[in-house]
Amino acid sequence: VTVTTDRKERVRDGIGTSAKRPDGIPKVAGSFAFSSDLQADGMVWGHVLRSPHPHARIRSIDIGPALAMPGVHAVLTADDVPGDKTYGLEHADQPVFANDVVMHVGEAVAAVAADHPDTARRAARAIVVDYEELEPLVDSEAAITAPPIHRDGNVFHEMVIRHGDPSVDGEVVVEGTYEVGMQDQAFMGPESGLAIPDGEGGVDLHMSTQWLHVDRDQVANCLALEHDKVRMTLAGVGGAFGAREDVSMQVHLCLLALHTGRPVKMVFSREESFLGHVHRHPARMRYRHHADRDGRLVKVEARVVLDGGAYASTSRPVLVNACCFAAGPYDVPNALVEGWSVRTNNPSCGAMRGFGAVQVCFAHEAQMDKLAAALDMDPVELRARNALKTGDRLITGQVLRGTAPVGELIRTCSAAPLPAADPEPDPMALPGGAGRTADRARVRRGVGFALGFKNLMYSAGFDDYSTARVRLENGVATVTCAAAEVGQGFVTLAQQIVREILEVDEVVLAPAETASIGSAGSTSASRQTWMSGGAVERAALAVRARLDAGEQEPLEETYEHHHPPTSPLDEDGQGDAHVSYIFAAHRAVVDVDVDLGLVRVVEIATSQDVGRVLNPLQVVGQIEGGIAQGVGLAVMEEIVLDNGVVRNASFTDYLIPTALDMPEVAIAALVEEPEPGAPFGAKGVGETPTISSSAAVAAAIRDATGLALPRIPVRPQDIALA
Amino acid sequence: MTETATFRLSVNGTEQVVEGAWVGESLLYVLRERLGFPGAKNACEQGECGSCSVLLDGTLVCSCLVLAASAAEREVVTVEGLPGEDGALTDVQQAFLDEGAVQCGFCTPGLVVTIHDLLDRNPAPTELELREAISGNLCRCTGYGRILAAAQAVVATRSGSGRSQREASS
Repeated sequence: VTVTTDRKERVRDGIGTSAKRPDGIPKVAGSFAFSSDLQADGMVWGHVLRSPHPHARIRSIDIGPALAMPGVHAVLTADDVPGDKTYGLEHADQPVFANDVVMHVGEAVAAVAADHPDTARRAARAIVVDYEELEPLVDSEAAITAPPIHRDGNVFHEMVIRHGDPSVDGEVVVEGTYEVGMQDQAFMGPESGLAIPDGEGGVDLHMSTQWLHVDRDQVANCLALEHDKVRMTLAGVGGAFGAREDVSMQVHLCLLALHTGRPVKMVFSREESFLGHVHRHPARMRYRHHADRDGRLVKVEARVVLDGGAYASTSRPVLVNACCFAAGPYDVPNALVEGWSVRTNNPSCGAMRGFGAVQVCFAHEAQMDKLAAALDMDPVELRARNALKTGDRLITGQVLRGTAPVGELIRTCSAAPLPAADPEPDPMALPGGAGRTADRARVRRGVGFALGFKNLMYSAGFDDYSTARVRLENGVATVTCAAAEVGQGFVTLAQQIVREILEVDEVVLAPAETASIGSAGSTSASRQTWMSGGAVERAALAVRARLDAGEQEPLEETYEHHHPPTSPLDEDGQGDAHVSYIFAAHRAVVDVDVDLGLVRVVEIATSQDVGRVLNPLQVVGQIEGGIAQGVGLAVMEEIVLDNGVVRNASFTDYLIPTALDMPEVAIAALVEEPEPGAPFGAKGVGETPTISSSAAVAAAIRDATGLALPRIPVRPQDIALA
Repeated sequence: MTETATFRLSVNGTEQVVEGAWVGESLLYVLRERLGFPGAKNACEQGECGSCSVLLDGTLVCSCLVLAASAAEREVVTVEGLPGEDGALTDVQQAFLDEGAVQCGFCTPGLVVTIHDLLDRNPAPTELELREAISGNLCRCTGYGRILAAAQAVVATRSGSGRSQREASS
């Protein structure tokens, strides 16, 4: 992939250049301090005991045997939580430690601090918990009407979108039922942190997370401390993708530190990481598309049920997104969308890259292909005929005011040259890799196309903001912002923005922490480029204005950047709920061994709506990485549950794409139509690649096999035994 | 935790004494927690992800799967000990920066060690050989595209400058 920018470089490493990451050198040298690398004098190790049952009553907990072990400093249970017993991003229903009932496998029951991590692990195992197993509720459809398994009920959120005239019918109708399995974010650096008591009742927590200030507030509430007595500093984050948006070990670490009076470090094993964070919501979807004979969409009907698992997390906004984007990036005059996100005894689900848009995209794109077949029309042409454009009305009634280059995405992506079939492929390049394909003549090639879209930033009335400070002293600029760098490259961008505006070479990034600056919001919803990038831009512009007015350094300005206000949806799901939208097209080429059900994804071509490219290298990195996660969901990634019990909490059993699984990515176009109101005209680019890449791969496998394949991930048995 | 051992390891050319370690500790744990070499990362602790890759007597291993006590008297090279001239970055490390192969960076040290090992043994790998060689190193951020580009850039530079033992043949 070659990305060029014809912009004249006024400033070294300014906006539009492939400036290098400021944390790059320590990261390649191995000296970058991830949260799991932290050390402190007198440090002890924490470990959490987790429920093996999806649903059980706790009759008793005996911590005596653990406390008696040499080297053990503390063993804590629900009785030791001084403040709120529960926390949560939106709704505080998740217990710090289970009290009377465990609601999912992996729920925290007790925590230990000991002088060696293995002592802590063994002490946790020595805690005796007497469980009375209860019947788990694991069926999301059944949960809607089943007797409540929690005092707050089984339905996290229920909504409907009625748009236009939901009673009209089209001449051509296609319907289908679709399912998406439970995907895990599977970042490489497991959850870890270090809590250090300050000796005055407060605590400093160094943690890999996505939103420092909201973590701090939840931790402080559980500790019954003033919020400023809990000071959080971002420690090096080994990837996030949504899984670090909820609190995991934060409260446990601080409780252990305050109880022992010592620094406490905790690092999740891979198994604990799988059990200790939220996943992408599994979805069950029923769709009916109506069109006229010319292939114009008349109506979309959809019913979406998301399994939220045991606790609320972000199940409400994920459902809102799933419903808002249920019809895809098309001009749909009439719609009826009904959605539920429900509580079950499965693992909790919450944020993951794409946030509700991924699940419905798989379904609406399968429907578009089905509709094209019913109309005997080219599926790309059908999409082009219905593509959203600026000025169109979404199914939420909102008029699309920003850029929406959907037609351009379709045109460029579908026009990308197809990869040539290799007449003599290396065995390593066959489906399943070396030696698995039995008969090369039974390998079929397929091509599939998909479009996806979602919102940028927080929506539906949420007051979304970020705070940044820029100080200029002796020709050196310092940026203070609590935005979590999780790998995406905000640190690079912050430097580029300040270099561009202040025309300085040296831009220092102060640590991201809660004590020195206000919230930057979460690193999620593709929002940091706009929100924190905008805060940095405006703080820098304010410094620049004073400089230009003749004021002398040092100069310092702080800016709190809010995006334009949005409205909640009304009872018909109508309202101006979102600020801006991002779009992408993906075309997948696959080879399928139809006998063995093995799939090799050969290539993904993509065109993406980016507003403006601020750092070409980083945009490519987001696109390739996002597509990898989409490919994973399409053909291999799923948390396998057996009546609520997770059966594959390891990288041996939960497979993510390796370098051999990952296809070539051909970027057909980065469509740069500057978004009005966005800093530098740029749209966030992180989530877009993940939304429709899974749908495109599934479509390509359908093309190769002729099978309906209504579920992702597509498993070998779905093909071989069909 | 009563069974402990005291032994010597050579890490990056320097003799290290490990005193009173529990015999069950992995080489990864001892490197990271006892000897102050945090470059190797713990991401799965079962040899699936390659984040903990080091060279043990010149052989690429997952240090999470090696008992530290079994590495006594042997030579370990970690990412911190890769030969850059005068403390500079190696060509592989530099290529990772130039080609955008680093995002969160957690897999990076393991991949740098793995690619050095590959290119020392095979200076001109085909793309499939390259993909195969790094397929034991999981990365969740990049989709591997920029990592492959970095490795290919090193191959091109090494063959162009004549530093490799033989010219790129494929």
